[in-house]
Amino acid sequence: MAHEQSSFSIWYFIGLLVGLYGVLILGAGIHDLVSPPATTLALANLHAGIWWGAVLIVFSAICIYFFRPGRMG
Amino acid sequence: MAIPVSILLFQSAPAHLIHLNAVDLAIIIIYFAAVLAVGFYLKSRTETGDDFFLAGREMTAWIAGLSFLSANLGSLELMGWAAAAYQYGILAAHWYWIGAIPAMLFLGIVMMPFYYISKTHSVPGYLQLRFGEPSRVLSAVTFAFMTVLMSGINMYSMALVMKVVLGWDIHVSIWVSSLTVAVYVALGGLRSAIFNEVLQFVLIWLGALLIPILGLVEVGGWTNLKQQIARNVGNTNYTHLWSTLGSFSDNPMGIHWTGIVLGLGWVISFGYWTTDFLVVQRVLAAKDLRAAKTAPIIGAGFKMLVPFIVILPGLLGLAVLPMKLTGEAAAVASGGHSYNEVLPLMLARYCGPGLLGLGITALIAGFMSGMAGNVTAFSTVWTYDIYRALIRKNASDKHYLAMGRWSTIVGVLVSIGTAYLVMQFLSIMDYVQALFSFFIAPLFGTVLLGMLWKRATAAGGFWGLLLGTLSSIFMWLWVKINPQALSIIALSSHAKDMAENMYRALWSWIVCVVVTIAISLMTKPPDEKQLVNVVYGATVIPSEGDVPFYQRPIFWAGIVFVGFLALNLYFW
Repeated sequence: MAHEQSSFSIWYFIGLLVGLYGVLILGAGIHDLVSPPATTLALANLHAGIWWGAVLIVFSAICIYFFRPGRMG
Repeated sequence: MAIPVSILLFQSAPAHLIHLNAVDLAIIIIYFAAVLAVGFYLKSRTETGDDFFLAGREMTAWIAGLSFLSANLGSLELMGWAAAAYQYGILAAHWYWIGAIPAMLFLGIVMMPFYYISKTHSVPGYLQLRFGEPSRVLSAVTFAFMTVLMSGINMYSMALVMKVVLGWDIHVSIWVSSLTVAVYVALGGLRSAIFNEVLQFVLIWLGALLIPILGLVEVGGWTNLKQQIARNVGNTNYTHLWSTLGSFSDNPMGIHWTGIVLGLGWVISFGYWTTDFLVVQRVLAAKDLRAAKTAPIIGAGFKMLVPFIVILPGLLGLAVLPMKLTGEAAAVASGGHSYNEVLPLMLARYCGPGLLGLGITALIAGFMSGMAGNVTAFSTVWTYDIYRALIRKNASDKHYLAMGRWSTIVGVLVSIGTAYLVMQFLSIMDYVQALFSFFIAPLFGTVLLGMLWKRATAAGGFWGLLLGTLSSIFMWLWVKINPQALSIIALSSHAKDMAENMYRALWSWIVCVVVTIAISLMTKPPDEKQLVNVVYGATVIPSEGDVPFYQRPIFWAGIVFVGFLALNLYFW
């Protein structure tokens, strides 16, 4: 059964999903930066959505690179 | 490990706490699609009983270790222990450190070789190999029954959380989340559950990590946080782990350090982490013995960090929330917020669109990973330890695979039924959780003696397990009928409810061990041949001499243990 494991890496799949989330969160963060909503959020000035979205995208890129199907062979 | 169910029954919030927008909803919907996709993708790879119940025994140490932890990291754990941290301070971290780490390391280094080499498919299956059919049946029936009931209780509690936090309909929450779990587990079995648990583990961290980071930025670091909490509550006890445990009356939990060390750190923790099949099943799926030994150690390393996303938000709530949170009764009476709402309140404090969706997805992921753990464990124990052992002994592998799939669906439906039963009769929750606690401590005594003492006999194992369990039930009833009995069981008139659980577990474990030893010494020793591969001294454990030291499980267990000691000393 070892061949089956090598053909499906959950980390690659996680990379794709987290990347999609990163794009959505980064987009929402940029939208809030461009047209700030009336918000009561603490530390809204830090724009957590932007940098956390970027963190997710970096995490995603690492997973996709290291666990891409070709590399996993 | 289970948290007091009363903590989960929050009914006080006047209106839902969080409003989601389109991005948040998209994140949640994508999550549901992703977990189902994993199930459908893996269906074609699940062709045998071993594939379905043991994930083909091909998991790496990392996958098995993260899944092992994720099955325990339910959303009610996250919310319940954040609430406990707000209520009791950093004492709640004991359930993550002394209440978990030594036991997880012990499982990896000492017990895993016997579980793995015996080739058992379950903990009741191990009892059958060691002590015979009666012990297996007693353990399997109680485990299967309790597992689906607990799953239903968690399901109801989660739906209630979603109603209070988001305003979602309780019936929709129950059916959508549980049927999603049923579909992906029935399709891909344990492999699907494990892969989804790893996915859920990542999402839990990514969704919850922002709260402590932003919270520490807001208060200006740990030192400032301690000062702010001391100012708000009027003492420094909330940020000390051990220094207030010298007396029952010196800390808000009303517990003594002996209860934490012997009750929680020894019996309850070792009982849960080394014999609860819900978590042990993940490690049995490891690809080889070294992976099986390493998996709990990896789990322990991450478990040690969980207080960062659970306990710290509760402590931050003490420092930064403008309102004072109270118990449920006071919150209902005043229309305010209860302890249980601290995590959603902190989420709403820092997280805007998108991040809120990710945070809620983390909670849903936590619930689903816990439920998948219950369901896969139930279907395995039902199929192998009850159906095959008692009802149909010699059917084909294909037949048991089909039974596994059907029992998954039936298990989920019974859980849903339990959730509706609890909705009608809330007091059931307390009783079921108590019932679950009756079995864990004695089972640990039975398995431990079974693995490490060749002289333990089948009769000793069975009667030790039975009488240990009955003694736990007796003590629970005694305190229910006469609350004064608590002072006898916990050896102090200052003891509170939390202490009862610790000392009841300790006494029932002692009863189990004493009875097992006494009856074993009075009965004929077991045949040495029957002990091969199940007992210390009769099992050849493969040497790791040819493996570099940095790849040996014992090396990493040492690293984790040093980290565990350092954390306890730092927060003393």
